[in-house]
Amino acid sequence: MSTPTRTPTGAPAHLTGSGGGGGVGADAVRPDGVLKVRGEFAYGSDLWMSDMLWGVTLRSPHPYARIRAIDTSAAAALPGVSAVLTADDVPGEKVYGLELADQPVLAVDVVRYQGEPVALVAADHPDTARRAAALIRVDYDVWEPVTDARTALGHPTWNMVHDSTPEVTELSRESAHLHPEGNLVRHLKVRTGNPEPTAEVVVVGEYEVGMQDQAFLGPESGLAVPAEDGGVELYVATQWLHVDQRQICSALGLPPEQVRLSLAGVGGAFGGREDLSMHVHACLLALRTGRPVKMSYNREESFFGHVHRHPATMRYEHGATRDGQLVYVKASIYFDGGAYASSTPAVVGNGGTMGIGPYVVPNVHVDCYGAYTNNPPCGAMRGFGSVQTAFAYESQMDALAAELGMDPVELRCRNAMEEGSATPTGQVIDSPAPVAELLRRLEAMPMPAPADHGDVDLRDMPGGVSNTTHGEGVRRGVGYAVAYKNVAFSEGYDDHSTARVRLEVVGGEATATVHTAAAEVGQGLVTVEQQIARTELGVDQVTVHPKDTTVGSAGSTSASRQTYVTGGAVKAACEEVRGQVLARAEQLVGRTVPDLRLAGGLVVSDAEGIAVPLVDVLGDDVLEETLEWRHRPTEAIDPETGQGFAHVQYAFSAHRAVVDVDTELGLVKVVEMACTQDVGKAINPQAVVGQIQGGTAQGLGLAVMEEILIKDGKVRNPSFTDYLIPTILDMPPMRIEVLEYADPHAPYGLRGVGEAPNISSGPAVLAAIRAATGLPLTRVPVRPEHLTGT
Amino acid sequence: MRLTCTVNGTEQQVDDVWEGESLLYVLRERMGLPGSKNACEQGECGSCTVYLDGLPVCACLVAAGQAEGREVGTVEALADADALHPVQQAFVDAGAVQCGFCTPGLLVATHDLITRHGRPSDAETREALAGNLCRCTGYEKILDAVRLAADRMAGTAAGAGTEAGGDR
Ligand code: FES
Ligand code: FES
Repeated sequence: MSTPTRTPTGAPAHLTGSGGGGGVGADAVRPDGVLKVRGEFAYGSDLWMSDMLWGVTLRSPHPYARIRAIDTSAAAALPGVSAVLTADDVPGEKVYGLELADQPVLAVDVVRYQGEPVALVAADHPDTARRAAALIRVDYDVWEPVTDARTALGHPTWNMVHDSTPEVTELSRESAHLHPEGNLVRHLKVRTGNPEPTAEVVVVGEYEVGMQDQAFLGPESGLAVPAEDGGVELYVATQWLHVDQRQICSALGLPPEQVRLSLAGVGGAFGGREDLSMHVHACLLALRTGRPVKMSYNREESFFGHVHRHPATMRYEHGATRDGQLVYVKASIYFDGGAYASSTPAVVGNGGTMGIGPYVVPNVHVDCYGAYTNNPPCGAMRGFGSVQTAFAYESQMDALAAELGMDPVELRCRNAMEEGSATPTGQVIDSPAPVAELLRRLEAMPMPAPADHGDVDLRDMPGGVSNTTHGEGVRRGVGYAVAYKNVAFSEGYDDHSTARVRLEVVGGEATATVHTAAAEVGQGLVTVEQQIARTELGVDQVTVHPKDTTVGSAGSTSASRQTYVTGGAVKAACEEVRGQVLARAEQLVGRTVPDLRLAGGLVVSDAEGIAVPLVDVLGDDVLEETLEWRHRPTEAIDPETGQGFAHVQYAFSAHRAVVDVDTELGLVKVVEMACTQDVGKAINPQAVVGQIQGGTAQGLGLAVMEEILIKDGKVRNPSFTDYLIPTILDMPPMRIEVLEYADPHAPYGLRGVGEAPNISSGPAVLAAIRAATGLPLTRVPVRPEHLTGT
Repeated sequence: MRLTCTVNGTEQQVDDVWEGESLLYVLRERMGLPGSKNACEQGECGSCTVYLDGLPVCACLVAAGQAEGREVGTVEALADADALHPVQQAFVDAGAVQCGFCTPGLLVATHDLITRHGRPSDAETREALAGNLCRCTGYEKILDAVRLAADRMAGTAAGAGTEAGGDR
């Protein structure tokens, strides 16, 4: 089924699949699946060239310090070492960034977070490189870090981290001017209705969400190969080749033609590969040494080498009538962006515009802030800016329901947005928005069997085989949550993708080739690209060209956007190719034929009884189209009121969680998760369900276990021993119901899928734990001590 | 040092292995068998699971020297040249492979589980695979794949899988 062809480095090459007619709507098999189960799919860390060197990074042990001096002589003298580089060796721009260029390639005079890259080493064995890095002497003047977002914004020395305070201006060269704007990255205001509303019932709550990590399994890895033209080829696991290319070019001082990127196998991403990690570093070392350089982080370095989910502190006030109609919501949301901006501006955009949830509220007053601190940088992670606020607004809805003596699902349904509703940013929802229906369908799903404490399988108890309880003190709780999330890029961003589609006869069969730069990170986009080409061109054999920068940008594999935007581009390019085929067929027939279409390798017209084989129409010719495709434009929002058509589409999901809690030991066992989600059109139903299951797991993880623990700016748990992600024992069975209400504006009516289930699952678990314990629980992840009061 | 061991049925000899190298490093970087994955290199994720003398182990926790004279089996040896092993086919068919980084380790662990248990119950499967992290799937489709593989192997291999399936 798959033809593994290997590039010089082993990076994934052409993926061919004949889907047995696996078009749009079918459970088509992924073309990379066989390679993956054979162990033959080359991930970033599997790349290999015979004369390659290994690169490693020396990172700052301090969250905030001035670098007085760096001595690399001992490292450079170690046998086997080929290069040792510092910021002085960066030939181009010394800083980069997704939205704001504020992050040094290698620290320039100041380090602003623990783990910031300071120097690089290339050597002939990874251990040699690591030993050499340990020999680099860095003389630090250690400063007091700013470790709280609110402190950073209101602190008397609030400009300490990023402004030219006297202390910083004393420093030499660029450092004083790296971040001239102070510690506020973005403040977004959303204002609608009456600024001084009153209500019969008011509920106030303060909530906190810890720092979650993407914890993708495949470490940050890539291989940089110097090229004869003085440029470099980089094979790398990433989410967006072209935005990497732009930043690498700027740092290397090279034009785009000399920096060519290809996608290596990606072992999960979840937002954590949107920012650069080892990209520029490997290229610098390759260009300096003239040899291929591979870099692959170990797990500890991975925790320092990518951005995390923004921790948040949030204060919410909900006002409602006695009969449960929401009157107003006021919210202050603080996101800790850490040391560099990354995608904090967009996270603030999402947190602010969607911060009250999928509800209709006449009076809204939201302030959403993103701050610089000396904590690890935070950026993109699945659910981007919405995961945090959903914990707060859904907790508030439950608190309000309790205050009103009303069923929490009933309260939500009474206020649920629907098609035609206006969001707090004044955007009228012009496609189905089945918020209440998602909740009602969840309610109608069967419940898991009640706990039977008479005949317990210990493995089903909180604590499992640790034999901590046989059911005494175990309470069951049920909780619901619903959420929505924008799909694709917002606020007027020129969000587009490029697709090249070719149709030709290969081995006697009409075959399509799809070439895009869209990163397959595990979600199944390569399958979707094949399915669309099969459907649009009526062929079976579809080859997916390796993802690289020899075709235009596809934008990022994030914001649940690739099936929509790159799928849209592939569809549009196929339609162009199809137009050419049909025109040729008509030439062949000698006249205009109505209702011509492509199916089963034929050009057919049922009306006229015509069926010409595609191979006859094509002959030896190759038909090819390349085009850029955009979704309808969005608008920048008004900075003072937050009003505007900010988002092109929304995804909706709801969860019901059933939990058992050992109230004596504070242990939680999630018994079942149920999810309803509207996906508009399931392009690949099996993959859609897989996304919902995986997203649910990450939301559950944040609710009960996942947190990067930071003290005084230092990470205390950078390992899979101490940063816990759900295992197969932590995940319960799931019930899933997928709705398909077509969005009239989207290709095939589809909605982005990947993020929404990650947003509603956590709040549902939290609600269920509250129901079981009666505790308010305002912080996630919930830990045993929160449940036992110890 | 020189390391001699049998890997996937073939005797292998590797020179210049450093004391500190793990079996995983030697397999991946010196023998050209990158199928076993390096997700944590601390024994926490199971991505590197291989057979050592027939028992599943985390190759990242095995010092290369410990493999001296022993038999190592990796994911690369599960399939024939042209046919996937039923466990591999079940993972593909069930949609249990997303990014696939956890997959090689899970395949070896599942292969071992089904070889020993025939048709494991879900509770047994969960216990057996608890050392293999997957960040993408939420594990539901992995359980589907285990059931599918166990059923198929019970159906094809004579005498195998006669053990009761247990609670599903
Ligand atoms: S890589 Fe060996 S257990 Fe994680
Ligand atoms: S499929 Fe990605 S980690 Fe399991």
